[in-house]
Amino acid sequence: MNSRGNWASTLAVAALIGAAGYAALFLAPAERTMGLIQRIFYFHVPSAWTGFVAFFISFAASIAYLLRRRPKWDWLAVAGAEVGVAFFTCVLVTGPIWAKPVWGIWWTWDARLTSTFVLWILYLSYLILRSLVADPERRAVTSAVFGIFAFLDVPLVYFSIWWWRTQHPQPVIGRGGYLDARMYAVLFVCWAALLGVMALLIHHRYQLEALRYEVDEMSIEADRRS
Amino acid sequence: MGLARAAAIILSKELRAEFRTRELLNTTVVFVLMVIVLFSFTFDPTSAESRRFGPGLLWLAFLFAGSLMLQPSFTREQANDTLAALRLAPIPPVAILFGKILTNFIFLLFAELLLLPVFAVFYGLHILPVLGRLLLVFALGTLGITTAGTVFSAISSQARMRELLLPLLLLPALTPVLIASAESTVGLLGDEPALPQVWTVLLVASDIVFLTATWLIGEYLLEE
Repeated sequence: MNSRGNWASTLAVAALIGAAGYAALFLAPAERTMGLIQRIFYFHVPSAWTGFVAFFISFAASIAYLLRRRPKWDWLAVAGAEVGVAFFTCVLVTGPIWAKPVWGIWWTWDARLTSTFVLWILYLSYLILRSLVADPERRAVTSAVFGIFAFLDVPLVYFSIWWWRTQHPQPVIGRGGYLDARMYAVLFVCWAALLGVMALLIHHRYQLEALRYEVDEMSIEADRRS
Repeated sequence: MGLARAAAIILSKELRAEFRTRELLNTTVVFVLMVIVLFSFTFDPTSAESRRFGPGLLWLAFLFAGSLMLQPSFTREQANDTLAALRLAPIPPVAILFGKILTNFIFLLFAELLLLPVFAVFYGLHILPVLGRLLLVFALGTLGITTAGTVFSAISSQARMRELLLPLLLLPALTPVLIASAESTVGLLGDEPALPQVWTVLLVASDIVFLTATWLIGEYLLEE
């Protein structure tokens, strides 16, 4: 993407996130029992969905790297994982902010909280692994293998903790729970905005990794000449 | 050479190397023994409580022991660059991984079986009536720990700070195995022994996922 394209997409995403914020705060109807604090849900839930999308991108890129061996897939894999961790950090921060006034506690070891937390740690360890392997190609291969294992592990983590205990408000989407039509609309506007943010962040993180790769190549070349 | 035969040859090589020194088994057994004793300091083990918490603590000890004993699996090959020699052998590369998974499985299970009676005596548990099902849970849980553990040990052996990195990679990934094994063991050691089917299914599913992934992508870790 050229710099004009960069500017245009950044502005578009900024406008979208502004609209989403406005919609969540002013357009969505107030929830009857929880009141204002419920509005955090318009960013909490889509952040989790977006984080999953980012992890999936990282997983798919890891497979592509092992099959094709092009560095660009490795760049995409790290970009997806890092942006996914950022979104799940938002989930883990907004969750307790909501929980304190509604449940009266910041944190509880319920199924969804615990599995989200384990998932977050799993991908943090992926990022730490990357920082500890010096050789770029070794780093790409080992982290691709670990990234695939980690992603395949997600359903196992989720189900094991689900059966272990559950106290979370049952998902209101897709299980016959009632959600006002306007709430739905706002929720999906917010998700679209966060997907835009995700795409933008992944794009920039990818470019950064590409630049790093170029610098590495140059320093290797310089070493060889001297 | 077929995969099974190649893996069996790797297994016999690993067993021979270990039984010359027995250093891995000795340290693992003593480590778990020490952790079991330390647990009794952190909570007062009345018999009702130990039936509830004991199995979880036992599996936690196995998990920590596993994350320590799996470390040398690949680092041991680095000292004399013997992994390069193994790679040159005319066998499917993934056989090296499966041979090592099998070895680690046998070692860890052996250590666990040595420690199980000790644990039962210390915490006053009745294991004999449920021994068969308990062995099944131990085998399935240990297979999960050692499959993921061996693969991650191949990963961490290529990184800096590898001693710290392996537990970091392994412990979150093994959450499902830990929960399922501990819950199954709690069920079997309770007043009315029962093995909840859901946990057995989860253990089998984890083992299948880890083994299949290893079979499909494990060999990439062994490239030079």
